[in-house]
Amino acid sequence: MLDQSYYDKTDAIIQLRGKEERFLIPIIQDIQEAYTYVPPELLDYVADKLNISEAKAYSVASFYENFSFEAKGKYVIRVCDGTACHVRKSMPILEALTENLGLSKRKHTTDDQLFTLETVSCLGACGLAPAVTVNGKVYPKMTPEKMLSLVEQLRKENE
Amino acid sequence: MGHMTIDGRHVEFSDEKNVLTVIRNAGIDIPTLCYVSELSTYGSCRLCIVEDDRGKTFASCSEKPRDGMVIYTNTPRLMRYRKLILELLLAAHERDCTTCVVSGSCHLLELAQRLCVDDVRFKNTREPQPIDRSSAAIIRNPNKCILCGDCVRMCSDIQGINAIDFAYRGTDALVTPAFNKTINETACVGCGQCRVVCPTGAITVRNDVMPVMEALADRNAIVVAQIAPAVRLALGDKFGLPKGTNVMGMIVNVMHRLGFDEVYDTTYGADLTVLEESKEFLERLSSGSGLPLFTSCCPAWVKHCETKYPELAQHISTCRSPMGMFSAVIQEYYKNPEKNEGKRLVNIAVMPCTAKKEEIRRPESKNKGVQNVDYVLTTEELASMIERSGIVFDKVDIESADVPFGIGSGSGMIFGVTGGVTEAVMRRLNQGHDRTAMADIKESGVRGMEGIKEFTYRYNGRDLSFAVVSGLANADKVMEEIKSGEASYDFVEVMACPRGCIMGGGQPAKSGPRTRTARYKSIYETDINTQIKKSDENPMVTMLYEGLLKGKTHELLHRNFEEAQREREAAEQ
Amino acid sequence: MRLENRTQLDMLREDCVRRRNAETRRILVCGGTGCLAGGSQQIFEKMKELTAAYCGNHDIQVEFGEEIAHTGVKKSGCHGFCEMGPLVRIEPFNYLYLKTNLEDCEEIFQTSVLAGKPVERLMYKQDDKVYQTEEEIPFYARQTRLVLKNCGHIDAEHIEEALAVGDYQSFEKALFEMPPEEVIRIISDSNLRGRGGAGFPTGRKWTQVAGQKEKTRYVVCNGDEGDPGAFMDRSVMEGDPHRMIEGMMIAAYAVQAKEGYIYVRAEYPLAVKRLEIAIEQAEHLGLLGDNILGTDFSFHLHINRGAGAFVCGEGSALTASIEGKRGMPRVKPPRTVEQGLFGKPTVLNNVETYANVPMIIKNGADWYKSIGLATSPGTKAFALTGNVNNTGLIEVPMGITLREIIYDIGGGIKDGKKFKAVQIGGPSGGCLTEDDLDCSMDFDSLKKIGAMIGSGGLVVMDDSTCMVEVARFFMNFTQRESCGKCVPCREGTKRMLEIMERIVHGEGQMSDLDELRELADMIENTALCGLGKGAPKPVISALNGFGDEFREHIEEKRCRTHVCQDLLTYKINPDKCKGCSKCARNCPADAITGELKHPYVIDAMKCLKCGACMEGCPFGAIYQE
Repeated sequence: MLDQSYYDKTDAIIQLRGKEERFLIPIIQDIQEAYTYVPPELLDYVADKLNISEAKAYSVASFYENFSFEAKGKYVIRVCDGTACHVRKSMPILEALTENLGLSKRKHTTDDQLFTLETVSCLGACGLAPAVTVNGKVYPKMTPEKMLSLVEQLRKENE
Repeated sequence: MGHMTIDGRHVEFSDEKNVLTVIRNAGIDIPTLCYVSELSTYGSCRLCIVEDDRGKTFASCSEKPRDGMVIYTNTPRLMRYRKLILELLLAAHERDCTTCVVSGSCHLLELAQRLCVDDVRFKNTREPQPIDRSSAAIIRNPNKCILCGDCVRMCSDIQGINAIDFAYRGTDALVTPAFNKTINETACVGCGQCRVVCPTGAITVRNDVMPVMEALADRNAIVVAQIAPAVRLALGDKFGLPKGTNVMGMIVNVMHRLGFDEVYDTTYGADLTVLEESKEFLERLSSGSGLPLFTSCCPAWVKHCETKYPELAQHISTCRSPMGMFSAVIQEYYKNPEKNEGKRLVNIAVMPCTAKKEEIRRPESKNKGVQNVDYVLTTEELASMIERSGIVFDKVDIESADVPFGIGSGSGMIFGVTGGVTEAVMRRLNQGHDRTAMADIKESGVRGMEGIKEFTYRYNGRDLSFAVVSGLANADKVMEEIKSGEASYDFVEVMACPRGCIMGGGQPAKSGPRTRTARYKSIYETDINTQIKKSDENPMVTMLYEGLLKGKTHELLHRNFEEAQREREAAEQ
Repeated sequence: MRLENRTQLDMLREDCVRRRNAETRRILVCGGTGCLAGGSQQIFEKMKELTAAYCGNHDIQVEFGEEIAHTGVKKSGCHGFCEMGPLVRIEPFNYLYLKTNLEDCEEIFQTSVLAGKPVERLMYKQDDKVYQTEEEIPFYARQTRLVLKNCGHIDAEHIEEALAVGDYQSFEKALFEMPPEEVIRIISDSNLRGRGGAGFPTGRKWTQVAGQKEKTRYVVCNGDEGDPGAFMDRSVMEGDPHRMIEGMMIAAYAVQAKEGYIYVRAEYPLAVKRLEIAIEQAEHLGLLGDNILGTDFSFHLHINRGAGAFVCGEGSALTASIEGKRGMPRVKPPRTVEQGLFGKPTVLNNVETYANVPMIIKNGADWYKSIGLATSPGTKAFALTGNVNNTGLIEVPMGITLREIIYDIGGGIKDGKKFKAVQIGGPSGGCLTEDDLDCSMDFDSLKKIGAMIGSGGLVVMDDSTCMVEVARFFMNFTQRESCGKCVPCREGTKRMLEIMERIVHGEGQMSDLDELRELADMIENTALCGLGKGAPKPVISALNGFGDEFREHIEEKRCRTHVCQDLLTYKINPDKCKGCSKCARNCPADAITGELKHPYVIDAMKCLKCGACMEGCPFGAIYQE
């Protein structure tokens, strides 16, 4: 159960954006920005406010890769697997991370809620390939070794 | 207007909305899996692909006819594409065709056979999904879904419910309620229209045949069935009879042979409804409160109104549905030891409707906490019982329905079509029953297959305003107008299924415009052939009011709100 | 301050020019996504500190402003030379410093800003020659930068900078001197073709929208640059947002639209921020809003952020997404020009197309046609990436050859390797090989050889790239991004990917190639949208150009580039092997045999390719091939 503050925040977001179907995506984007994920209760709540069905809202939200219905880790690591990064070997970075963090194709967030690992099709930073972002900050020309030491550093900061 | 060349033949066209229609009108049944003419064009199955004289391919469902077009519908190349598309669909489909409920009527299977798909080279790698049996009306098996979206568009565009929709994308795409909830957790009203348009066995009617068979075999049970008006016009479809044939007599005979002790006609129940609903209407008219009066025959509509427009729910008539009234009466009737011969009563209703399966479970439908109807069988299920029994349907004799509930009026009969309830009430309001009066009513605007009909009818020096609606998205339009004050009516009839019960969710599927028209015509023909036109002139009904119903009209014919209240309170604790 | 009329705009512009000219020194630190990632923000801060410290109170001007000689420190948009970032440019000398560190700032400031001398060690070098100015560097010298002219040279977060270099002049000209039909006529005459993919004539699109009965119209900008390896549009949005906005305003005026939408992909937060600032500043000046410059023309601009769906680059999917729906393409007709956004006639062009518009209005159709080719006039921006020496954003006249791009601008293949292929126009663009190096880069020539410019990504691949694996990669991309609506794309690409995976894992059969072609033919001819139709292209063009490599993978279970792990075999170098038997003991499959103190051998048939032998070998005698 979410406490009232979540609904108040959502009300404020809806108020700001507008109560029309076309604002559904911006509203869920704002919710995700506020909480790093979209709590299912809030999606249903928004659907009700915008006068669309829950199934429709879920349909839209689940279509787009950016939306997550599960809480994400403190650090969201996104490995770029765009063409340029792929050609310059981004997959070994992903593999190293997956192994180091104990994640899998279905499991994206570590049990300690510290890291979430995602891939992204192209960050548009192809000149810096292979690129990785951590919470939006771009790390250029990564290697598996550099990546793992970054993860280690972040771990230490949180001990 | 214009002409085009289809496979070398010259074809005229007028205002057809797409090339596909022109091709079909030219006598070529080009295959489709996602094209339902009354739904918006989705264009996902790509089977209706054709090519022009320059070898350019395009989907005919989404191309406007243009004068001078030259198209080919059956080149080897197109055949290859279609076959491969079907192969791909079959590869991602749970292919238990031999044991699938819809095997005989599966559109996907039919096309696969027609297009000679003789091998499926790819493995099904879709992640198995749980089967959703939570609804009393339908069963969803996502593993058979081919993502054509027909059910989604039906549920949202035509019915305005949108209980299910696509989720995710690509090969992960699914048709599902939000967050993979089960159907009973959604606003689904059980209308079953999704199942009507589903080209595979992904959505099917919940099957209650087995417990009925058990009851029929039980010597200590007296099994009684009632047959709704629309059932008799559709059952013949399953046995190859001409569309719209009224097979009531055959149904009675075959059901007796199956072991039903008594077979009654729901038309009789409809007559009771006309009397009660007219009475309520007149009361509301004279008090001036509670108008407009909404009809309550359609359980899908009742549920929709309660969920979406709770503030308008008090406008819904307190009457039970014809099935509801009738089953309560039957139950009361068989309380008499002389009638029940010491056996337990099993009360069956054969309906064109899947939502009725939910209606009988509602507290308002019960008496003293007991369901009046034990099982609702849809037309489809009755057909399957007959098939299972081996009785050759088109060879059976005809029989009339059993007394004392075997006689219904024409008014009761036309309940099966949109406008029927309203017309029956109008006949009741009208004092006389001469041919002019009946013709006036017929011409008032109450008839026709449009989704929303509005008209006025003069009664007692006053113009009464009527709205007759079918399809819940249409109902939403009318409700919004009522809420905003844009429109005001005295009487609103709503049937959830477009065109009424003749096209109900429990009727044999694969029914296009031709079936629709045939059933529509047939129901009014039955009315014409019925001597008694008005419900109040049905002598068996009058007898009932003087006998069994004395002092019990409220208890037996109106919805049991006390029961509903009790259940709500129990649930809250 | 709201501008009420044309005179006030002209006065403001003159003022901006004057103030810009007063900046006797300009330090432009690149603030594009690439350079920011390299730490340019800190360099920018440092330069501000240095300016304040050295120039005293009167001279220093950190933000745009006073009308006295001073040094301006600017955070510019992307220069396009991302490989060499962070970049710092010093005007008026146009020195370009590459790979700048925080520690270099002091020296740059002392030597260049104060003394006007170059710091050669930070400058571009090629064949021992030092290139002092940006304009001399071969990477830039061979380009024709029209659309990207201001990118990297102005501070994109200040509208005054944009006004000073002439942004909004063309809009002003159109609004006051031309009826809408005239604007459309010029665009039509110029033969400007849409830069987003197939090259549909922009003028024809506008004409069709202007001719619709429905009077509510929309102007939409496709900034959903989703092709992997493409970032031209991002650079325009980040580096010169006002130019694109001006193009949209001209389009809106031409078709009499009152509302416009810019759809930007989610991965471009900086572009969104810069656009938001630009719109806000334009609104503040009254260049956007109601009754612009006192006329009865009103135009409002909105930004929609994408949410992670490649397919939204397709027109009808993009408008569906703006409407708050699933971004799935719909059947056409009706076309977007008839019933686009919210069911109304809609002009939908991409960022680069709009950015071309102002200069056409300013200089005329004939001038525009004098650049590039008659059938494909103007320039095209490409994102040059992959195994090439100079990666980055380039702008060249249409008709240039691929060879010129790769060797003259790109400086040839990295690490002296051999050129193998170029993937052009994203996953569905096509694969160009050595034979195509002299092909003219324009819409029609590329179409003839079965490729397309697409959005303009150029990913260069050298001979260490496995084309089969690359084809699998693209197939994986299109499959993952398929919206799932139509059967050919949803189910067909899935099966093509399965086959490609089989092949790179060494489990392919020759009949798989027929199956690939069969599926591709069906998908190309039956899919609902352009993305679906183009999905099989990377596989088919790789198959056509590099059929041998496919055959090797299947028949010989061999990957000549050693990229496909499953096709590698482990071998023991007999010269290095001391016969210690450790590998044989480590091997879980008993695939290694030998005699102590003699070289061991691996039985390839038994080998599981786990790598345990190689990991454990104390002499480094085991290798992969």
